[in-house]
Amino acid sequence: MADVKKFMYVNRKAPYGTIYALESLEVVLIGAAFDQDVSLAFVDDGVYQLTKDQDTTGVGIKNFSKTYSALGDYEVSKIYVDQESLDERGLTLDDLQHLVWEDEDDDWAEKDSIRVLSRAEMADLFEEQDVVLSF
Amino acid sequence: MSFEVNGKTFETDEEGYMVNLLEWEPGCAEAMAKLEDQPLTDAHWEVINFLREYYDEYQIAPAVRVLTKAIGKKLGKEKGNSKYLYELFPYGPGKQACKYAGLPKPTGCV
Repeated sequence: MADVKKFMYVNRKAPYGTIYALESLEVVLIGAAFDQDVSLAFVDDGVYQLTKDQDTTGVGIKNFSKTYSALGDYEVSKIYVDQESLDERGLTLDDLQHLVWEDEDDDWAEKDSIRVLSRAEMADLFEEQDVVLSF
Repeated sequence: MSFEVNGKTFETDEEGYMVNLLEWEPGCAEAMAKLEDQPLTDAHWEVINFLREYYDEYQIAPAVRVLTKAIGKKLGKEKGNSKYLYELFPYGPGKQACKYAGLPKPTGCV
């Protein structure tokens, strides 16, 4: 498969208030059918998209945060979160949902999808991509 | 568009998918299936119920590839394949079963 490209979806905005987070998630789910090398990055307010126990009753918008757990089913297993963005917002990995994927080559063992990277590591990762889609 | 169950009217979009997911009741599946001359057996219901549980957990109707794999895991390999699912739902397990389950068309489905 020589024509597999590295796609990165960069999520920078809070989950509600704009349509970016939901649009990004839908594009990822649709794009997952094309067998590319997909990864997701969550930086700035984008880290709020992954927080657990979201409750949208007050804003009258569908709580789509549960859908991130389906990413593993769609074979999207590389989710990178920016450490500094978490720090700046007083968040830790424990405030985020526990997202997993099942490794077909390892007897379907459940593995963590989320990896926290420093801003410098994140920059290196951006460098490696063929396509970067920013939301 | 719309259909009726026991005198109650349910609204659908131009492709027959229910507009209000929360209104769904088992009678809706029967009524929508009848419109397409599709009998519903226990095997059909197994898939419909699976889809409703999946939606409840993840808030999406899964792509057919994801559905097939998930069914295989939950209900057994003999059911987790395209042949079995297409025999039950000849218009496509994603589209047709999601419709009867009162879900939107699967994300990414044209």
